[in-house]
Amino acid sequence: MVDRAETPLNRRRFLSAAGLAGAGLATGALPSRAAEPDAAITDVQDWNRYLGEGVQAHPYGSPSKYEKNVVRRDVEWLTASRESSVNFTPLHALDGNVTPSGLAFERHHGGIADIDPAKHRLMIHGLVDKPLVFTMDDLKRFPGRVHKLYFLECAANSGMEWRGAQLNGCQFTHGMIHNVWYTGVSLRSLLEQAGVKTNAKWLLAEGGDASMMTRSIPLQKALDDCIIAWGMNGEALRPEQGYPVRLVVPGWEGNMWIKWLRRLELGDEPWQAREETSKYTDLLADGRSRRFTYIMDAKSVVTNPSPQAPLLHKGPNVLSGIAWSGRGRIERVDVSLDGGRNWRTARLEGPVLSRSMTRFYVDFDWDGRELLVQSRAMDETGYVQPTKNELRAVRGVNSIYHNNGVQTWFVHKNGETENVEIS
Amino acid sequence: MLKSRKTAAIALALGLLAPVFGLAQQQRTPAQNPPAATAGKLAPARVQLNLGRPALPQEIAAWDIDVRPDGLGLPPGKGSVKQGEDIYLERCAACHGEFGEGAGRWPVLAGGAGSLKSDNPEKTLGSFWPYLSTSWDYIYRAMPFGNGQSLTPDETYAVVAYLLNLNDIVKEDFELSKENFASVKLPNVGGFYDDDRETAEKVFWKKNPCMKNCKPEPAKVTGRARAIDVTPDSKTGPRVE
Ligand code: HEC
Repeated sequence: MVDRAETPLNRRRFLSAAGLAGAGLATGALPSRAAEPDAAITDVQDWNRYLGEGVQAHPYGSPSKYEKNVVRRDVEWLTASRESSVNFTPLHALDGNVTPSGLAFERHHGGIADIDPAKHRLMIHGLVDKPLVFTMDDLKRFPGRVHKLYFLECAANSGMEWRGAQLNGCQFTHGMIHNVWYTGVSLRSLLEQAGVKTNAKWLLAEGGDASMMTRSIPLQKALDDCIIAWGMNGEALRPEQGYPVRLVVPGWEGNMWIKWLRRLELGDEPWQAREETSKYTDLLADGRSRRFTYIMDAKSVVTNPSPQAPLLHKGPNVLSGIAWSGRGRIERVDVSLDGGRNWRTARLEGPVLSRSMTRFYVDFDWDGRELLVQSRAMDETGYVQPTKNELRAVRGVNSIYHNNGVQTWFVHKNGETENVEIS
Repeated sequence: MLKSRKTAAIALALGLLAPVFGLAQQQRTPAQNPPAATAGKLAPARVQLNLGRPALPQEIAAWDIDVRPDGLGLPPGKGSVKQGEDIYLERCAACHGEFGEGAGRWPVLAGGAGSLKSDNPEKTLGSFWPYLSTSWDYIYRAMPFGNGQSLTPDETYAVVAYLLNLNDIVKEDFELSKENFASVKLPNVGGFYDDDRETAEKVFWKKNPCMKNCKPEPAKVTGRARAIDVTPDSKTGPRVE
């Protein structure tokens, strides 16, 4: 029987792990009729007889050892050092719409800051009536605490794919996204305490890590829906997600969600920091670049089947995926099995929230024929996720960021699934 | 100040935010949408909460090291190309290469002029960055990698002057200072414009996307990730070939 968690990425391993090298379609399915009684039923298993571990064997629990391959992974050749690098959420192995904290992708520019919360300070200054300093305790005493579920997508998600299919796995092509619950207070309520001056138009947010990341944020956005968050999925933020406190900028590119947040400065112009000039500007075919491209456009991807989660059985199968939009709620997701010739509307399951990841399903019967699987998201503003070629027609192939084109997975007759581009 | 930036600032002041944020704002439910009047001055907080304490001037000075294109935030100081070369060779070249060409996969800092339209654009502070202040601000706060904030202001002026020289923007005898900083213009300053997706990409707001027989021919595979085979292996870790 094939252990799904062991499913490898490349062809060689696929064939051996799935036992397909010589055979036809091997399956993990029970045969439709049993010749022999199943030992999984007739034998008394160890776990049926002997006592398991007691409480407190794992004061902070972790997943079953059989899930050990469900982990974040990186692509080492992408960057020169792991302190300034990225890894990817294993989307192919997850379901629902909340990303487990330990699987949420990481992107750091100077490693993970190790901050003692008792020594952490958040300063507000610049064009304010009263510059203020807050401790973590101060922040947690603010009235108006909020809990919100939002996606965070790196603007460079799918950035490797502009020139064509490159990475074989939705973990790598789409895994710079996570969707978690945040606990905190509105940025607005902090700014109200400091008193923003009339000529303030922009806010600089700065992290306390070794890169001292800075981004300029329009004041309107800061007052609208940004959150100063210390909680994630009901517990403290993970260190790699900005412990003890980060900025949440709903619907906008992940780089702006400053982690290890220590400073907010009000000003009348953007600062033109490195991450809004050298990086996170979108170079177009004519050599000019768009800047301040904050919003993440509607996007979706089929997570099952996908290269790391091939089809293993003929007959009933569940096609599943995720959709999201920085402009609001997901309105509809369509799925095609023939490379975009014909579409059917998927079922959205679970809460459909503004600027939050939405889960979709299509139940289908697979007869073993080749499939070209695609999904196409639509949001409440009427935006329809474009094809990759439609995007390239407007932007060329040099922009790195904001690649939200429709993804195609080629399911071979043996169930093996591959990242492809199609006509 | 750039005209486009000014326009953006005015739009913000009016709470219009068009066109960059227009759609997103319109789609908000009224309860989420702050009244336009609050875009500038916030009404004094209804309740002064007595949370936090006033920041002391010395504390603000210790943290407020950001520098803007107009030079706001620059400390007094100066440094020459020659001084910068010595500092660069000692503290930067191991990663960024003697001439800014980048060692291994570390970032390239010089060259790339005229490459932005090519198949292989090289985006450096000479070829791509719009403002000089960005390099001063970034180097002073974050470089050398792993030992940020270790350069003095004079050393930072010098190393920035050297990078300008490597990028053929100033001569060898140049000295950069707080006083002449704003006079240095980078070649690609005019190469940026504000996000215009909502107008330039209006076609993506389609009324009724096609559902049946949307392509005349069956779709054909035109490119395959497997042909490139750069995906890391799940068990043995990334394979770099
Ligand atoms: C140990 C290697 C290392 C050393 C030494 C180093 N840097 Fe860097 N530099 C990096 C890395 C890594 C980045 C990218 C960091 C990131 O991803 O955010 C970078 C980024 C930069 C950038 C921005 C490049 C771009 O295109 O956005 C500049 C400018 C820079 N360094 C200048 C310097 C200067 C000046 C020094 C010497 C004072 C220096 N660096 C020393 C590794 C190094």
